[in-house]
Amino acid sequence: MSSTEIDRQWTTRLRHRVAHRLPPEKMLPDTQPAYVASWIYVFGVTTLSAFAVVVLSGFILALKGPQWWHVSGIGHFVNSLHLWSVEIFFFAMVIHLWGKYFMAAWRGGRSLTWVTGVVTFLVSIATAFTGYVSQTNFDSQWISTQAKDGINSTGAGSFFNVLNFGQMLMWHIVLLPLAAVVLTGLHVLMVRAKGVVPPFEEKEEAR
Amino acid sequence: MSESPDVKVAPWTGPQRPYDIIKEGTIAFVVVAILTIGLALVFSSPDDPQVTVQQWSTKAPIDFAQTALAELNGTSGTAQYGAPYNTASSGQQLGPFTLAKWLGATIPVNTVRDFVVDPLTDQPATPALSSALTQWKGASATQRTAWVDAYTKASGKMTFTNGTVSVPTNAAGPVPVMINTLEQMARSGALDQALVTQSGFYTSNFTLPLLFLADGSYLGDLAQQRHLLGTQWGMMNETGNYPGQAWLWLYTFWYQVPPFSTSANADVQVWGIMMLLSLLLLLVPFIPGLRSIPRWTRVYRLIWRDHYRAQGA
Amino acid sequence: MAESLLAALVSLNGPGHYFHWHWIDISYANLTVIALMVVTFVAALFVPFPGRRHKKETK
Repeated sequence: MSSTEIDRQWTTRLRHRVAHRLPPEKMLPDTQPAYVASWIYVFGVTTLSAFAVVVLSGFILALKGPQWWHVSGIGHFVNSLHLWSVEIFFFAMVIHLWGKYFMAAWRGGRSLTWVTGVVTFLVSIATAFTGYVSQTNFDSQWISTQAKDGINSTGAGSFFNVLNFGQMLMWHIVLLPLAAVVLTGLHVLMVRAKGVVPPFEEKEEAR
Repeated sequence: MSESPDVKVAPWTGPQRPYDIIKEGTIAFVVVAILTIGLALVFSSPDDPQVTVQQWSTKAPIDFAQTALAELNGTSGTAQYGAPYNTASSGQQLGPFTLAKWLGATIPVNTVRDFVVDPLTDQPATPALSSALTQWKGASATQRTAWVDAYTKASGKMTFTNGTVSVPTNAAGPVPVMINTLEQMARSGALDQALVTQSGFYTSNFTLPLLFLADGSYLGDLAQQRHLLGTQWGMMNETGNYPGQAWLWLYTFWYQVPPFSTSANADVQVWGIMMLLSLLLLLVPFIPGLRSIPRWTRVYRLIWRDHYRAQGA
Repeated sequence: MAESLLAALVSLNGPGHYFHWHWIDISYANLTVIALMVVTFVAALFVPFPGRRHKKETK
């Protein structure tokens, strides 16, 4: 087999592309540009950490099913972990968004990183919403009967029925978290591949 | 290609500093996990118990009976909803677009059949109920309408005494028995079951009981006490003193201001605005002006102050 | 035993409290969260980052 034949294989080409775009020293760096020195940089990793706690506490809730937390003190505590990690998640994500906006972090070919971040934010809101309507308590009764009007008015209600508990639970624990994990993964890989956005160049500006 | 400083930046070739990404991630995770456990231990989480049709009809028997009547005479929210539940109205419009109507009544709900007649048919037969249902099912549409109209006219004087719903009319045919039996059925808890099990033994779909519950005033009254109404910025609120979905502040905000606060099409209008604003946020890197605000406001000078200080030195 | 240990130390159940000003109507809980976000953001901009002092910069 000739080496050109091997080079032309899909697998080889994908490997070369990945190795070129994301060499190990970019994937797991041991240095960072000197300008990366501000507390504002911790909110990305804080969001990721909160997401991990959200997913882990969600796993524990999944072990025992959607009604468990109403009847068990431990279940209720795990629900509390789930709620508060979600609050921290959004708290950190919004500050991360503000910070990245004021750094204009889309510069230098990083616009897709911004776009995936915003999509992740929107998917997270949808994930949280489906969680609220899957609580099987007064909250979910009220929120679903209210939200149906908004969603129905767009036409989406014809296939996304917020009053269908089974459907909402599936979206909440399968489809939307999967989307959030994939999007977050892409977002982080893009940050690693492109590096952290450099400061505005101010040399030519009169100061 | 644009050479705008809001788009382009040269790759960094300056100094680097040590950075341990694994250590950073580990510390962040541990801190967030401890913070979460702390908040959960201190504040717990809310769990207001679910409302049942049984509870509703016990606490507010007249409201329940009036709602059952509204399902029967076609004046309830669900009966007049339009898509996706029925074709009673064209639903909300965004300009000339009736989005819901276009997608159709994919979750058909017939309030007379689903909320009144079918549940009553599931009940163990009593002579009174059997003859009422036979009378109803055998009657023409005109006759049914006449009965329901007679009952509706007298329903302003509806009373609930000794566990019985009564309305002063003799012209309503089987309707008084039907409404009263539905009330008894609701108060026994049987209606809760009948509404969810219409599609079989296993079910995870609560569309019918939720729609029925939402057609009454009881659920809304409870929500108002908990400050959860749309007009109370309720979308971002949680029961008790817990923080809610604060991230929905902008979405719930639009409902408070004209023209949306008084619009019959507020839902679709607000959704339209939010989709547009989300798109704007998504496309910030490509929108001149919006993408220049960071450069103009110079907040970045704070973030990178060491860098600029080193550069100026 | 374990269950009672897991009960809330500070109960946030009970009637909610709301800040009402003209048409603005927001729970103190949400207001606290939003205020904390702004404070945290501003603090993140102004508070010196620890690693800055020792300039072990390598080229």
